[in-house]
Amino acid sequence: MQSESSTTTPSQHEHGNSVELRAVSVAGTPNTAHSDTAIKVRGFSSWYGSFQALKSLDLDIPSRHVTAFIGPSGCGKSTFLRWINRMNDTIPSARAEGTLELHGKDLLAKSVDVVDLRRHVGMVFQKPNPFPKSIYDNVAFGPRLHRVYSRAELDQLVERSLRQASIWNEVKDRLHASALGLSGGQQQRLCIARAIAVGPEVLLMDEPCSALDPKSTLAIEELIESLADRYTIVIVTHNMQQAARVSDETAFFFEGRLVESGATETIFTKPRNKQTEDYVTGRFG
Amino acid sequence: MSSAPPPSNGTSGVSGRTDGGPVSPASSAPYRSVARRVFVNRAFLWACLITTNIAVVVLAVLLISIFWQGWDTLSWKFITSFASRKPADAGILAPLMGSLWVCTICGLVALPLGIGTAIYLEEFSKRSRFTRIVQTNIMNLAGVPSIVYGILGLTAFARMFGAFGTNVDDAIAVGNEEGLLYLRLPFGSSVLAGGLTLMLVILPVVIISTQEALRAVPSSLRAGALALGATPWQTVWGITLPAAIPGIMTGAILSMSRAIGESAPLLVLGGLLLVFNTPTNLMSDFAILPLQIYNWAGRPQDAFHAIAASAIIVQLGVLFLFNGIAVLIRQKLQKPLQ
Repeated sequence: MQSESSTTTPSQHEHGNSVELRAVSVAGTPNTAHSDTAIKVRGFSSWYGSFQALKSLDLDIPSRHVTAFIGPSGCGKSTFLRWINRMNDTIPSARAEGTLELHGKDLLAKSVDVVDLRRHVGMVFQKPNPFPKSIYDNVAFGPRLHRVYSRAELDQLVERSLRQASIWNEVKDRLHASALGLSGGQQQRLCIARAIAVGPEVLLMDEPCSALDPKSTLAIEELIESLADRYTIVIVTHNMQQAARVSDETAFFFEGRLVESGATETIFTKPRNKQTEDYVTGRFG
Repeated sequence: MSSAPPPSNGTSGVSGRTDGGPVSPASSAPYRSVARRVFVNRAFLWACLITTNIAVVVLAVLLISIFWQGWDTLSWKFITSFASRKPADAGILAPLMGSLWVCTICGLVALPLGIGTAIYLEEFSKRSRFTRIVQTNIMNLAGVPSIVYGILGLTAFARMFGAFGTNVDDAIAVGNEEGLLYLRLPFGSSVLAGGLTLMLVILPVVIISTQEALRAVPSSLRAGALALGATPWQTVWGITLPAAIPGIMTGAILSMSRAIGESAPLLVLGGLLLVFNTPTNLMSDFAILPLQIYNWAGRPQDAFHAIAASAIIVQLGVLFLFNGIAVLIRQKLQKPLQ
């Protein structure tokens, strides 16, 4: 399937300024990374012990766009997401090979300081995980880790983050109440506020709506769209409609391989690969 | 019955029925009697209620009998007097202060050591052969009889393996013997040796209860902090420890309560009964409440039994005081979490 996807169809270029995101042939020369490519992936494989979770991925994730990873459970999309901010470091048996670069910087290098990396690459988890602290302290926790702020600066930063995450109006009167008193959807938006408070360039979202009701899901999706012009967003989702609604680019994973990737519209309307077509039309997975 | 749908093949579908029909109505498996299930439920409820009440009643009987015997002889004079041959003049100032000194030292050493060890084992160490051995040892140490720790404390702290001579008078000493800053090697039967010996007794309990408390913190919180760029230490200090504090303090309360009541290891250390001064520094001799109570309760005269009961009341008071402080700390630290 790699060779199949290596032929660049003209239709991909029709997408104006949106950056190509495509599976590139291992044999062929990879396309030179577009100037707007945030994350460049070439021949990337990873293992848990002896189990190979990801098999030679090639992918360009565009800057300041929303990229969706879709695919059945266990296909490796979350694993890949967790390599981008090196959360897999917490799993002793996990290891990776290949190229994974953020703006030309090798993320897998030994010299990479994961603490600093995670300041640039934020993450939102599947289940909302607010800290058992006040709403204010949840947002302030991240910035305080990295810098010594004055009270006024911190107040401003918290407000700005909460506003960006479109939750300010709901919590401005109870900033010092526990974050655990919020509804699930509010908690997840708080977690997004918390993630953007440290000023990342990339936001990784691991099925951020799977634990939420439809109304909260809608709120998160609207939020993702509003953030898309400022952040490079990578979202893992099981919900095909969600991928179609929020993302500019889509990558379809299956059994550890990247089967097909490209503009979301193309993936959902004119997929080149039979497996992709079966998956997006709901025939399996 | 005539209205019931006929079984498809005359065998009433007990087995081999793989079609999509409703599962339970077709089964011939006998129902459990509802009345019986309700009865068993009620019987179990009563059994639990009775066992709970047995504990409460026994405790109440003990407390009432102690207060009955000891309340009359309990007075401010009793608390502020030293020991005496005459029960009417005897007091518990020396053992009370001795217990307070020993337990304070024990807590000051055991809690930081134990909590630190638990944090290392749970949050920092990789799962290696070394940590497994340490873990197994801690588990085993928690089950060692306290008198064994007494022997260890006697050898290691009181005598220091004879490395500084066998007689305390020949010991190496720094500072003024009357002042607060006085140290001596070996420690002899001092409050420091006593506190450290009790520390050995409760250390495994502190470690294990702290580990349990840390394990109870959802790993999603740690992941959340790490994903924001927190170092492992910032994660522990900012997120994991605050979330685990209630559990850690509960373990601390239980282990300190044990330290106050422990007498066997200090008996081995050379538990003194006739002490006529309160501790002034870490090298002072000391008596402790449990040993004093044991001594008085073992005498034939009724008057001594009465003051033993009074001493028990004082000991209970100290216990409540320590626990109260711990509960206060717990609530203060918990406040931001509510």
